[in-house]
Amino acid sequence: MTADAGRQAADASARVNWKKINERIRSVREPRWFPVLLIVASCVPAAMAIGGMASDIIGNTRFFGSHPVKEGEHFLGEWTLRFLIATLAVTPLRQLLGWNWLAKHRRTMGLFAFGYVMLHWLTYALLDVQLNWADLTKDLMKRPYIMIGMAALLLMLPLAFTSTKNMIRRLGGRRWYRLHQLVYFVPVLGVTHYWMSVKADVTDPVIFATIFAVLYAYRIWKWWMRRRPVPAPAPAPALRARAS
Amino acid sequence: MLIRRADYIKSSEITPESLYVSRRAFLSAAAVLGAGALAGAPPRAWGEGPAIQEPQPVGKPYGLQKDDKPTPWEDVTNYNNFYEFGSDKSDPAANAKAFKTRPWTVKVDGLVNKPGDYQLEDFIKPSTLEDRIYRHRCVEAWSMVVPWRGFPLADVLKRADPASKAKFVEFTTLLDPNQMPGQRTGMLPWPYTEGLRLDEAMHPLTLLVTGLYGRTLPNQNGAPLRLVVPWKYGFKGAKSIVRIRLTDTQPQTAWNRSAPQEYGFYSNVNPEVDHPRWSQASEKRIGVFFRIKTLMFNGYADQVASLYAGMDLRKNY
Repeated sequence: MTADAGRQAADASARVNWKKINERIRSVREPRWFPVLLIVASCVPAAMAIGGMASDIIGNTRFFGSHPVKEGEHFLGEWTLRFLIATLAVTPLRQLLGWNWLAKHRRTMGLFAFGYVMLHWLTYALLDVQLNWADLTKDLMKRPYIMIGMAALLLMLPLAFTSTKNMIRRLGGRRWYRLHQLVYFVPVLGVTHYWMSVKADVTDPVIFATIFAVLYAYRIWKWWMRRRPVPAPAPAPALRARAS
Repeated sequence: MLIRRADYIKSSEITPESLYVSRRAFLSAAAVLGAGALAGAPPRAWGEGPAIQEPQPVGKPYGLQKDDKPTPWEDVTNYNNFYEFGSDKSDPAANAKAFKTRPWTVKVDGLVNKPGDYQLEDFIKPSTLEDRIYRHRCVEAWSMVVPWRGFPLADVLKRADPASKAKFVEFTTLLDPNQMPGQRTGMLPWPYTEGLRLDEAMHPLTLLVTGLYGRTLPNQNGAPLRLVVPWKYGFKGAKSIVRIRLTDTQPQTAWNRSAPQEYGFYSNVNPEVDHPRWSQASEKRIGVFFRIKTLMFNGYADQVASLYAGMDLRKNY
């Protein structure tokens, strides 16, 4: 055997078999425990926020530091954004990794995002502003970052409300789909609300904005690829019968 | 029949106290790690217990209201705005531990007849330190009651003998990005500067502070020398001061340069003038659940309102 052939053989064995890795990843099927884990894990931050704030307020434990209501409020707001990231990451992950089974969990993630935004708002209204009606209305009428945050919350309401199978059927798939495309406005409003609420250090809002930008960019790229003329199209297929 | 009762746990099986205490520390540390891994960054050290021995507040109360109680040491030293050490409230306590406060020089210059550079000890020595309990109101609508130790700024100014043209005092915080990680970012224009009108600076309530709770001022609270002006929002109290300069024009201040529409030069506590992003009518007292009403000049109106007679405080916010 020549030295050259030996090197070739060594190269081949050292070379990463990307094709095989890709197949491995794409063949990952939904683990049986995944739905339960998703729901349990998604409840953990809420349990931490509620338990932490309660223990801090009642027992002065300082899990959330010296101002537990503010910290808890921010904690819940950030988790809303994280669940929005998860929701918007489902489609790219499905397409890139071939994990189509993720699709059916997108609703769960979206509903958790809604749950977290409601907890965030309740913390603000009940514990922070303490239901001071004058302050609540003044905030809403005068302060742009509150208005924007409120707009994001209100936008999520119809989406949460129409998330059931029954509502999908009643609206009809197409209309339901159009309505749920509103979800793309929510992170824009949410991150703007966050950005405007910080005093000087915008590091965290910038991190969230970047992640959402990547998730939007992926969709724009996909859309761009789809609308590019396909070379040498086959003769137009016969019109498909429409489901009535 | 032999009934063994008293001794049925062998003494060798009883866990010594030191062991179960360390076990608890381990468990809470494990909880910290567990929570941290799930949450990204926990808001603060989860499971951290209170300090072993809480210092007791000392000093004469100034302007305290009926329900005002000194805020615990634990809160005063762990909930801080000191952007030089980071923008989170817990950052200063975490990042200022190794901050070097000696040797420390304070420069007094500008429109004074006796300018000088002083070693901190020489700067403090001529004055008598006093313990005073003040109300402290942050522009972010939270507040504390703090037992400071310090001396009137007027002492220093009188010694420096202001020139007749002097109308304002400017305070400058140390600029040292090696020690102050916040200064490696562009969050604020560094070094941090603050300013007062000369009559505000000469007011007997205006304090240069070197201590807290009868102890040396912790680094996270602005060691070794900071300003406290109890009727103004907290950010007026420049920390880790290296220079006091008298001027005839209104000094630039860091927060005003960063967001002029939100932070004015005067920044007197005023429940009637809202911050553009939140109400200043009430405040969250740290350690107290229900919000309390914010008082004009933070409760020091009797002593300081005359300084602003005839001024439009809505315009001069």
